Amino acid sequence: MLYAILCYHDEAVTGAWSKDEDDAVMARLAVVHGRLAVQGRLGPVARLLPTTAATTLRKDDPPIVLDGPFAETKEQLLGFYVVQAVSLDDALSIARELGEANPGGAYEIRPIGTFHGNTVTP
Amino acid sequence: MSDLAWIEAALTSARPQALGALLRYFRNLDTAEEAFQNACLRALKSWPQNGPPRDAAAWLIMVGRNVAIDDIRKTSRHAPLPEDAAEISDLDDAEDQLAERLDGSHYRDDILRLLFICCHPQLPATQQIALALRIVSGLSVKQIARAFLVSDAAMEQRITRAKSAIAKAEVPFETPGAPERAERLAAVAAMIYLIFNEGYSAGGDSADVRAPLCEEAIRLARLLLKLFPAEPEIMGLAALLLLQHARSAARFDAAGALVLLDEQDRSHWNGAMIAEGLALIDKAMRHRRTGAYQIQAAIAALHARAAEPEDTDWLQIDLLYGSLEILQPSPVVTLNRSVAVSKVRGAQAALDMIAPLAERLSNYFHFFGVQGAYLMQLGRNDDARISFNRAIALAHTSAEAAHIRMHLDRLMEESKSGCRMG
Repeated sequence: MLYAILCYHDEAVTGAWSKDEDDAVMARLAVVHGRLAVQGRLGPVARLLPTTAATTLRKDDPPIVLDGPFAETKEQLLGFYVVQAVSLDDALSIARELGEANPGGAYEIRPIGTFHGNTVTP
Repeated sequence: MSDLAWIEAALTSARPQALGALLRYFRNLDTAEEAFQNACLRALKSWPQNGPPRDAAAWLIMVGRNVAIDDIRKTSRHAPLPEDAAEISDLDDAEDQLAERLDGSHYRDDILRLLFICCHPQLPATQQIALALRIVSGLSVKQIARAFLVSDAAMEQRITRAKSAIAKAEVPFETPGAPERAERLAAVAAMIYLIFNEGYSAGGDSADVRAPLCEEAIRLARLLLKLFPAEPEIMGLAALLLLQHARSAARFDAAGALVLLDEQDRSHWNGAMIAEGLALIDKAMRHRRTGAYQIQAAIAALHARAAEPEDTDWLQIDLLYGSLEILQPSPVVTLNRSVAVSKVRGAQAALDMIAPLAERLSNYFHFFGVQGAYLMQLGRNDDARISFNRAIALAHTSAEAAHIRMHLDRLMEESKSGCRMG
């Protein structure tokens, strides 16, 4: 089944990484991504821009537009993966692999109910 | 990432909040800095063993405060302690409590105050920037000296002077009211823009060492925006810096000469920075409260949106510069506007537009560079040569001079081939 792996970390910390550190993390992640892709287990991957770029639409009546992310939290949603895993344990092992390449923060592993395939490109 | 790299990133990101709170507490910059330093040293010892605390800033504030109070006690038994100085023994409980209090209203004003004291009006701009980089960003004197291309000793002296000026000046510690807060915000935004320009205006030969100034300015702009997420001018500032810095890899050629916007390889522009900048300017525009940063960001956004130079919406850029002239009249703004005018209405119209500026910009490199370019477009090569020569005499960086020399060489080539033909 499909799982979403939601990536949380303090964006002030990831924003304080030097370019070299950032590049090193991305290079290590690319290795894990490559392995998962070869196994046919890697779906869409997204790294989100900082929460300062976020806008929230509160679906009140009438809806209101708010600047900033939905929730002010100590750690922010900074990206997500969609992966194919046979069980929670399997999904956790994928998350552990990703976590070794990119330590710090937390992953929320969330089973996906409905998924529509990717038809958009950046 | 090694433990050390992770901890350093955590300390850097916690610095403004922790130092801001310690400053509010001790009301003395040196004491606050020392307390923060000591807390960092303890973090380097404790975090690798015990793991990172849930709230790094709260941990640093607590430890920094306790260490400093201990020191005050040791050095002077009878010295009065700052009020509310009860030592807190159980760090975990205290961390929770403190974090709760900090998440409230204080930390926003703490960080703003920390930034604001760096832009005290009595300090010249160069000292403001140096101080902010040292205190808020936590760059070492050596790093700052390198970025400013001065010796360590000279930078040390500049920062010491700035600090002693601030120690003598009145620093406002009470929570600011709305008008004061808006004033502080504007002053801090201007300082962040100055930091960025220090890095951005560097020439090709020094661009690498000064680029960190641009990155630091962007980090500070993002920090400010996080504190004031609904301020359109702060969105505009962050967008402007991101959109300009996005072009940095394309702004100089291999020899270090400046490459103008029209001639830049747009595939070297940084897509993620452009996306973030465009997102921010979109958000800002929704507020319908215009401002100088937003207009400049909107102009940068029009350049960023053009896949090829000829796709640039110069008419819109001309209009935006028109609004900027009204909001913030300056000969430099008019000079910039003339570039858009030259694209929309031709070089003669642009030349007419800048003619009245000649006296006020008589020492300005870009005035003569731009004037020379218009004259060249009109085929007035002798006049163009005079302008370019003046520009070279006024160039601040070798990249600027190299760029103008390229024009002169082109004129020379033209006149040579003209002679041969004649």
